[in-house]
Parts: sequence; structure tokens; C-alpha cells
Amino acid sequence: MEWETVIGLEVHAQLATKSKIFSGSSTAFGAEPNTQASGLDLAMPGTLPVPNEQAYRYAIMFGLAIDAEIAKTSVFERKNYFYPDLPKAYQTTQLERPIVGAGHVDIELANGTKKSIRIHHAHLEEDAGKSLHEDFHGMSGIDLNRAGTPLVEIVSEPDIRNAEEAVAFAKKLHSIVTSLGICDGEMSQGSMRFDVNISVRRPGEAFGTRTETKNLNSFRFMEDCIALEVERQIDLIEDGGKVIQETRLYNGETKQARSMRSKEEANDYRYFPCPDLLPVVLDDDYIESIRQNLPELPDARHDRFMEQYGLSSYDANILSGDANMAQYFETATKVSGDTKLTANWIMGELSARLNAEDQSIKHSPVNAEQLAGMITRLVDGTISSKMAKQVFEAMWNGEGAADEIIEAKGLKQVSDSGAIEAMVDEVIANSDKQIDNYRNADESKRPKMLGYFVGQIMKASKGQANPQQVNEILLKKLNELI
Amino acid sequence: MNNSITNQKALHDKTIAEILAGLNAGEFTSVEITQHFLDRIKQLDGTYNSYITVNEASALAQAEAADKRRAEGDVPALCGVPIAHKDIFCTNGVRTSCGSKMLDNFVPPYDATVVENFANAGAVVLGKTNMDQFAMGSSNETSFYGPVKNPWDTNTVPGGSSGGSAAAVAAHLTPGATATDTGGSIRQPAALCGITGLKPTYGRVSRWGMIAFASSLDQGGPMARTAEDCALMLNVMASFDPKDSTSIDREVPNYTANLNQPLAGLKVGIPKEYFKEGLNPGTEQAVRDALAELEKQGVTLISISLPHTKLAVPAYYVIAPAEASANLSRFDGVRYGHRCDDPKDLRDMYMRTRAEGFGDEVKRRILVGAYCLSAGYYDAYYRKAQQVRRLIKQDFVDAFEQVDVIMGPTSPSPAFEFGAKGDDPVAMYLEDIYTIATNLAGLPGMSVPCGLVDDKPVGLQIIGNYFDESRMLNVAHQFQQATHWHQQTPAGIASEAKDTEGAE
Amino acid sequence: MTIERADIEKLAELARIELNEATIAETTQSIADVLALVDQLQAADTEGVEPMAHPTDAVQRLRADEVTETNHREEFQAIAPATEAGLYLVPKVID
Repeated sequence: MEWETVIGLEVHAQLATKSKIFSGSSTAFGAEPNTQASGLDLAMPGTLPVPNEQAYRYAIMFGLAIDAEIAKTSVFERKNYFYPDLPKAYQTTQLERPIVGAGHVDIELANGTKKSIRIHHAHLEEDAGKSLHEDFHGMSGIDLNRAGTPLVEIVSEPDIRNAEEAVAFAKKLHSIVTSLGICDGEMSQGSMRFDVNISVRRPGEAFGTRTETKNLNSFRFMEDCIALEVERQIDLIEDGGKVIQETRLYNGETKQARSMRSKEEANDYRYFPCPDLLPVVLDDDYIESIRQNLPELPDARHDRFMEQYGLSSYDANILSGDANMAQYFETATKVSGDTKLTANWIMGELSARLNAEDQSIKHSPVNAEQLAGMITRLVDGTISSKMAKQVFEAMWNGEGAADEIIEAKGLKQVSDSGAIEAMVDEVIANSDKQIDNYRNADESKRPKMLGYFVGQIMKASKGQANPQQVNEILLKKLNELI
Repeated sequence: MNNSITNQKALHDKTIAEILAGLNAGEFTSVEITQHFLDRIKQLDGTYNSYITVNEASALAQAEAADKRRAEGDVPALCGVPIAHKDIFCTNGVRTSCGSKMLDNFVPPYDATVVENFANAGAVVLGKTNMDQFAMGSSNETSFYGPVKNPWDTNTVPGGSSGGSAAAVAAHLTPGATATDTGGSIRQPAALCGITGLKPTYGRVSRWGMIAFASSLDQGGPMARTAEDCALMLNVMASFDPKDSTSIDREVPNYTANLNQPLAGLKVGIPKEYFKEGLNPGTEQAVRDALAELEKQGVTLISISLPHTKLAVPAYYVIAPAEASANLSRFDGVRYGHRCDDPKDLRDMYMRTRAEGFGDEVKRRILVGAYCLSAGYYDAYYRKAQQVRRLIKQDFVDAFEQVDVIMGPTSPSPAFEFGAKGDDPVAMYLEDIYTIATNLAGLPGMSVPCGLVDDKPVGLQIIGNYFDESRMLNVAHQFQQATHWHQQTPAGIASEAKDTEGAE
Repeated sequence: MTIERADIEKLAELARIELNEATIAETTQSIADVLALVDQLQAADTEGVEPMAHPTDAVQRLRADEVTETNHREEFQAIAPATEAGLYLVPKVID
């Protein structure tokens, strides 16, 4: 019998503010432990929170981008639980009156299907610190640098039906927050983390019991994890068992999941409005001014790419989805002047390399100007496609700009028609037998016989002759001989 | 004439106004008066236990610096005046215990805004005063450092939670002290110790660096012997603090400016609910006599009703414990304060650290708070209490349409003996029956001495409208101009005129 | 509303406070007394009354996004029960 999967996502995106949500500590990634933890972040007695306007602004930008109602009055609450990375033993978050109300995020699947995923709400909250599990004589170490980093938590409705939709949704969110510039989108640094709620049911039946797998920080892990969990649940039910509501952890490296120690046992978070913070009240002008200044959103950019650059919907989707990718493409196209070639190189060679090395385009060793410089030389015939691959490789390895590499490696393509003619003439002069065969051959078979001559010419030019010119000149000369 | 009387007083009997006058006139230096108080604390505080920590060296250094500033003509508002801070205000480099074992070893590397304000005003900090643990109590019996004794009768409590500050002022171990009031913790001990204390409007005094008990109710304020001194202190203590989200961005007036305004025409509301069963007859008489005295000055007494008064204590004992249960969760043994020995695992560390670090009353309130917020009880308790809170506030808003200030008793009876209510939290909670409503509403309140019952002081409570501290201080000052209750001192505290130094 | 030992044990677990076996009955009783006091609230007519979390009607100020804090790790960790390599140490955290 058939099973239907039901998935809802809770997504935490770290907001790209300079300072924390309630303190003036830096949010920069990678500092020495606890050097970015102020008295407030450490929950020192008597310290008090004051919210960061930019965090609010960013959350509102997100809300406007997903077509959601922005709450004129929003309230911070305390969520109470003890954990060493949570210094106050409560998380300041929003529950009853979040800043962003219901909205939707539209996704497009590989087969072209479009689907709208409803967002239940999105709220502001503070991130926790980190427990480091390496052993300090049987103890754990706590680093509170991350504590108090602003997060927007985006909660979807259970509208997602499979892993592909889940990943498309997650990618679209990534695209939205990076396009808005409200999150750096660095998944490997935990800037975006996904909690996946999964259940299965027979089509038409009520929702099944769900499990929550926390803190996935890669699209691939999400895909694998969903497949694994769906299979586990179906097997469990088909074997007569029952899914229990629990929190699970997925290890992307080992591709294994397990139930978390029941942190959830008797969980009772005792939410109540934070008495140290007052309601945040916004007026229409404030929200409107943010709306007016919203940067271009992924859907608009997609349409513009199709129109402005003549890209297919599929290509436009790839190139406009990620804000950094879009910026890369536009910069490179502007410099190279050849949209199609630029698009092909970004979607082909560059993407393949980035994927292989698990790099984001933002940190690509070959920047947009460099790639465009190489494409320019491809377009003007200085180098061949084959040479371009060599140049790209060298640029990736940090050997400099395309022109420098072409120079250093002597990769210049010979496009001097006089020189090429001379080479063609020489090859023809030394190939009497092949010329006879060519001359006697049926016209339809002649094109296949060209390979020999081209090969000889390229060999003579040490591979540097412009193949197109070689073809043209060779054909002209051969026709004269017939 | 005034001066000659002033001159006859011992240094420790002087009010802050008199100390400022003496310092200005060069009659004594800050170092001299600071040393005098330090000696006196050493001599007498063994009896009262009003201080947890005395900072002799830093006090003298601050006094010396103040004298130097004064000599250079840089004389801020309280330059060279000794004061004490309740041990709930964080003091950089000085242990801040909050009266608890949990913070017995806690030396904050920062100052509370209030502490900073007094430092900027040139005040000298003698030390940190004793208090009910985490400000939870009305008798000072919950302090980890032992109870404070009421200087009027050392068998009785000084009130709480600011009992140390109140007793230190009453015993002339400091001319003024900071305090905090969550449900009456300034006004009730002020009443029981025969001194003047003021809880400002919520948001008037910064809470930054003041260890939180119940954030939406806590408010710092001054304690001293006169309304004038409270005004001088409040001038320094009140400020808009951008570090405190609940601090109100509003100009701080000069609270001494209106002290001498006549009271004629003032409309005084007398809530009938404050004179019902439970009120000690002697206390009631003293309060009524005080009101009669004010009538002589031309005020009009108007009977009013605050119909939800009875619900104030129940609402408070949901809201305050609920907020406290979260506020006190940070004391977990991870980053500062007490940690139990040899925890066998994380849970054990939490459970024993908190069991050992907190006293019984604190634990009780944390558990009550957790209960009122827990699943299934939130609506019946927490939400209900917040609704009642609005009704209580509305009572006051309605009353202030008719009257300028509201008056009544501060506490139902004078100081009681140690242990009298110790086993019965509910009886103890009713101590604050007249003071708690103003905290729920966020209104300012004062207590001024208005009589003695069996040689124990009685407090008259003055409740003002929002940010109307000036008017309350005016009323209190005028009352003190006409009466001598605030000048009464416990037996053996004030020096006889013939013993005083400085007399010709 | 009756409160029992099991309720107190649950609350103590939530609040992470170890109960003293010798005084647990007394604790239960005193909390029951306090809850009896606060139960007087149930008599109040609060229909349609908006709950009030703050005494004043003030609204939240927002601060500019600026880094204003500097590193004070040494001062903060000087008063910590256990630290090493800049980290706060706690008994092993098990997920």
C-alpha cells in the first residue's frame, strides 16, 4: 500500500547583524572562546537586554519577502529550560505575538512543477552558545560567543510531501535570506540550520505521529535524512510498531540517525512574556520604508534574468537562486560581454569544482572578474576551449589572472591566417596520397576525411592554431585542388 | 540659629542636608565623617548586623578623593557624603551577595547604574547592607548572613527586604542608604525602623546592575531620615538609562525644588480598604492623627475606594514568583557563584548547587512560580493574575482622577518579634498588604514616620500618581516640618547634645 | 486545588532544585498554603480584561546595531567555578 510523507520545516537563520540581539557584543564567527561574551551574554546578575533594531529590520524584511503580515506589536517571551549553553536558563524568543505572521514561499521542482509552501509564522530569538564535547578531564567546555546571536526562526506548515520539495524549499529560503542580505547563508558555519518534522500516513488519513530531526546544516544531509527517516517510519509501522514523538539527531557523515536522550522528557517550557523587555510597537511608516527599500527578490530576479539575458527558465533558476551566484553571474557577464558562454562556464566547470570541493561561490578561488577575463580571451580567439580549461585550472590554483597565465604558459592560439595558410599548404604538400583519396572520394564521404588534415595541422602548430580558422582555410584549399 | 543646632549634633546624627552644609562650611571633612561612621559601624553593628560588607579602605579613599574635589571647587551633588548600598546593587570589585549563599563569593566586575550615579555624585560608599535573601522576605530573617535587628527593639525584626538599609539608617550607621522595593521592601522596613523611604515610579531608577527578583515590580529607591534627604538622594539615583529597556526617558526634576510648597488645597484620598480588619488599632490611630495634622495644613481628606485591594496580595504572589523563577534560573553554578562539591553529572550539579545556594523562602517562591507558569495552570494563575493586575491599576487611575495623593498605613502593625511569622509564609506575605498594589500598578510610594505604638515606630504611606515623586516629597517634607516623629531615635542611638563634637 | 508530593517533585525537577527528604512534607504544605492564598484570584471577574505584563504603557526602545562590548573574558572567568582554555567547564554534556 502507498504511503504519503508529510514534512514541516523549522528553519533557524542567523541574522547578519554586527552585534547581538540584546547586547553590544560582536557576532563575528570564529573568535577565541568567550571573548565575544559580555556580561549580558553570560547572564551576569543585574544585566539587562536591549533589542537590536537591525535584527528587527531584518526579520521584517523577511516577512515582507514572503508576503506575510508584520505584527504592529510583538512581544518577547522567556522559554525556560536548563542547559549549560543557555546561560540565563531561558531563551528569549517570541511565541504568542511573533514579528512575522503567516506567509508563503513558492518553489519550483526539477520537472517544472510549482508549489506554494505556507509559512505559519517567523519569530525573532536568541541563539544559544556551544558545548564542546572534547574531553576536559571528563568535563565539557562551554563557549558562549554564539549566545545571543540573533536568529529568525521560520516555521512552515506541514505542506511538504517529499525530500525534493523539502530541499527546494530550503534552497528557496536560503536564496531569499541571502538575496535580502539578512543572513550570510554559510551553512557550514551554522548560519542556517534546519529542523525537519517528518511523519507518514496513508493518503487521506489524519497526520501520523511526527519526529523532529534537529540542526541539519546541509541540503544533502536533509535529503538523506528524510529518506532514512521515512523508511524507518514505514518499516516500523508495517512491522506493527508505532512511531513515537521524539527528537532525533542525524549524522551526515555516517548517514545514521538516533533518538536524542529524552531532553524532551516532561518538557514544560513555562513561556511567559519577558518582563525585562517591553512590547515592540511599529508604525506603518516604518514598515513601509523597509518595504520600499527591499532588494530584488529571487523570483523577480529570475524573471529579469530570463528577459535581460535571454536565459531559459531552468538556467535563470540556477543563476538567480543564490544571491552570491546571481551577483557573480552579472559581474562576469558585464565584463566578458558574452552571456551564454559565461552562463555555461558558471553552471558547468565552476559549479562542478565548487561542489567537488564543498565551497560556496562567495569563497570561490576564481572570482567573477577572473572568470570573465578568461572568457574574454576565449571570445576573441586568443585561446581555445581546451586551453581555457587549462587556464581555469591555473586560476583555481591561484596562479593569477587569465592573461598572466596565458602569457606564462605560452597558451596563445595562432590566429594569424598567413601562418595558418602556410601550415595548411605544407601539410597538403606532404600528403599526396591522402589528397588523391580525398579527390577520388564521394562527396558525402569527404567531411569525414578532413580529420586527418586537421590533426596534422594542429600537430604542426603544437595545438595552438585556431581550429575554426584551420577548418575554413583547409576547406578552401582542398576545394581549389579538386 | 539652625546652624548652632546643627553644630551641636554628633556627626552621625546629622542628616544628609546637614552633612552637605557642614562639608560646605568646612566644619569637617569627608574623611572625618567617613571615619566616624566606619568606627561607629565597627562599634555597634555587631548588635544590629545591618551590614554584610564594610569597605573601610575604599570608603576612605573615596572620601579623600571627595575632599580633594571639593578643595578644587568641583563639588557634585553628594560630594563626600557617606551612604550605604543594599547588597543587591552590583559593586565593581566588592562582593555582592544579595543576602544569599549562592552569591557569597560573587565579586562583580561592574557597577550597577545606581552605584555609578552615586559615585559620579561624589558619594562615599561605607558598605553593603544586609537584606532578605534575593529580596524575598518582609523581616530580614531569610538573609544568609543572619537577621538584622531592629534598633528600636533588638528582639524585633526591622522589616524587609531592605532591613539592613533601614536599620543602618535608624541606628545612625549611615545617613542614607539605597534600597529596593518589589512589594514593599523599602516602605515596610522604613515604617518598622522609623525612617523615611521612597519607592519611585517604575522606570524612574535604573534596574541595570540591580539583581532582579521580579523585573516588572522591582524598583530602587532611597532611605534616609527625612524627606529632604530622600529628595537629595533621588536627585542622584534617578536617571534615564539606555541599558535598561524599562527605564523611562523622561527628565529628572529637582526633587528638592517643591519641598516647601504649602499643602493647602491638596486633595488626599483615604482608601477605605486600608482601614479594615487586620490593621493594628495603635497603627490606625497614629495614621489618623497624622491625617488630622495634615488637615490642619489645609489638605482635604477624601474617602475613596480601591475595590480590588484584597486581590493585590494573591496577584502579587503569582506574578512575583513567576518572574523570580525565571530570573533566578541563571544561578546554576556554571559561570559564577556557588557550585556544589564533586557533582557526579550535570543534573546533579544543577540540583545540588541550587539546593545548597538558595534558602527555603527562595526555593518556595521558585517552586510556586514554576507551578503558576506550568502547562495547564498558566491561564488559571499567571494570566488571571495579570488581568487582576490591570484591575488594580485601574483602581488607582480612577482614584487619581479625584485626588492628588493617597494615604494610609504602610504596614498593618509595628515591628514583630523574630520567628513570629517565620513558619507561616502567608502571614508574612500579608505584611505587605498595603504596599503591594503600588508595585503592581508601578506607582511611587513613600513611608514617613508618624507615631509610636508601644515605643515602636509607625509609618504613614503616601502614594503618588505616576512620576509625581516631587509632590509626595513635598507632602512628606511639610508633614515633617510640623511633626517630630522622624526625629525620634531608638534609645541610645542619638548622642546627647552635651556629648557632641563640634559644639562650642 | 490540592498539591501533592509528586507535584512538588515535578516542579523541583523543572526548577533543578534537589528536595530535602526530611522537609518535603513541610515544603508541600507551605506551597499548598501559598496556592490557597493565590486561589482567591479565581473569584475575580476578569472577563474581557487584557492581561497586563508591565506596570506602564511604555513601548520598547531599539538600539543601533553597533559593537559596543569589548573582551573581558579574564575578569569574568576570574570569578567562575571552573574554566580551562577560555571555556567554562561543566560535568559532561550528553546530547
